[in-house]
Amino acid sequence: MTEDNELLRVEHLSKSFGSNLVLEDITEHISAGEKVCIIGPSGSGKSTFLRCMNLLERPTKGDVYFDGQKITDQTVDVNKVREQMGMVFQHFNLFPNKTVRQNITLAPVRTGHMTQDEADAEADKLLARVNLQEKAEDYPSSLSGGQKQRIAIVRAMAMHPKMMLFDEPTSALDPEMVGEVLSVMKELAAEGMTMAVVTHEMGFAREVADRVLFVDGGRIMEQGTPDEVFNHPENQRLREFLSKVL
Amino acid sequence: MGSASLKEQFMMSFVVNDRWKLYLKGLGKSLLLTVGALALGIVIGVIISIVRAAHDQKRSGEDKMPVGLSIGNTICQIYTTVIRGTPMMVQLMIMGFVIFASSRNMQGVAILALGINSGAYVSEIIRSGIMSIDPGQMEAGRSLGMGYGTVMKEIIMPQAFKNILPALGNELITLFKDTSLVSVIGMTELTKVARDIQARTYLPMMPYLGIAGMYLVVVIIMTWLLGKLERRMRRSDRR
Repeated sequence: MTEDNELLRVEHLSKSFGSNLVLEDITEHISAGEKVCIIGPSGSGKSTFLRCMNLLERPTKGDVYFDGQKITDQTVDVNKVREQMGMVFQHFNLFPNKTVRQNITLAPVRTGHMTQDEADAEADKLLARVNLQEKAEDYPSSLSGGQKQRIAIVRAMAMHPKMMLFDEPTSALDPEMVGEVLSVMKELAAEGMTMAVVTHEMGFAREVADRVLFVDGGRIMEQGTPDEVFNHPENQRLREFLSKVL
Repeated sequence: MGSASLKEQFMMSFVVNDRWKLYLKGLGKSLLLTVGALALGIVIGVIISIVRAAHDQKRSGEDKMPVGLSIGNTICQIYTTVIRGTPMMVQLMIMGFVIFASSRNMQGVAILALGINSGAYVSEIIRSGIMSIDPGQMEAGRSLGMGYGTVMKEIIMPQAFKNILPALGNELITLFKDTSLVSVIGMTELTKVARDIQARTYLPMMPYLGIAGMYLVVVIIMTWLLGKLERRMRRSDRR
């Protein structure tokens, strides 16, 4: 049943924290190159769903397959899997004790993918892409939110991941900085990166997503193309949700 | 005896027979004990705090709890409870007169006892430092494919250390003053020197005021050095 270009698949995924069931029996897959936006009310489990994909949260039940490998298997080296899956967080999570350059080069060097020189060259290239070359030797505390998030994105890209996970990447930003981060993400999408994006930016979802998942109450209640989800919603909860956010 | 003039008392306590040299030697021993015990305390403290923090941070979301970690955590908790729950001096006497009763190396015993005591406090200080770092830092590091140990060493510990430097400084000062207790197991350090000289001269005032002054001066110097270190570390993160 595996499609040729399938990159990530979750099967019967459930996650509970104590007695609190957050995700309930989710089965879903993401193809290589596909951009999937995950929307839904807060507390619906969409972030947990995303965090289960790279096992920052270990599923209570069910399995996750990445690139043909069952990564929920106990024998799998999670670190090796995560090298292939970049993640961008709502609160950036840059390392404040490292310079921007060190933030980018630390992981490629420490995981043995690049020498320091190679990583430095890569960092220069990536920083140039997001127009932040002159910030290379600065510490994160001197950057704006938008700059921090752009650095966080290239930090993840320095590992050359096959897929990128975005967990509400613009939710902690001042409104005037949302655009600069979204445009970097759009560029990334245009280059063919496989992306899973938890977001409240409906405009971004409409423009970039191949598929939109509406999560509520720990389940995927509806999914489809942006046109289907935004213009012809069928689920009652989705309609209510859209009437509030659009 | 109490009628000796201040000058006589001073001469008897510090000058006669070059007694001031004994104080300096004693002070040197006290500092040596402090450094030795601090080194041991930090080694113990780092190990225990990492075991305990790793245990506490294992949330339901992460991999299953390894049995070794549970056992290690329990051992560390017992250690911390016992050491913090009994007086330093009693610990010294147990170490000196019970466990190492036949040992001639009193300096080694003293460093061991002080270090083991200090380790319990240092571990709690370091643990509080680790817990003060946003969990997002560990998640970000791990999401990039780095292992727990690498993230701990490169990201968490350097930030934690900066946060706990004032508390570690307090511990250093406490430790230095606690070295005065090792005279109970017969080690000659600064306080023992003062007691010995007082026993010879029957003049208590000068030796005890004298060593009080010496302890105070050393603590003031330590405080000053720690302040400098702290300012330097703060500077590095806002350039």
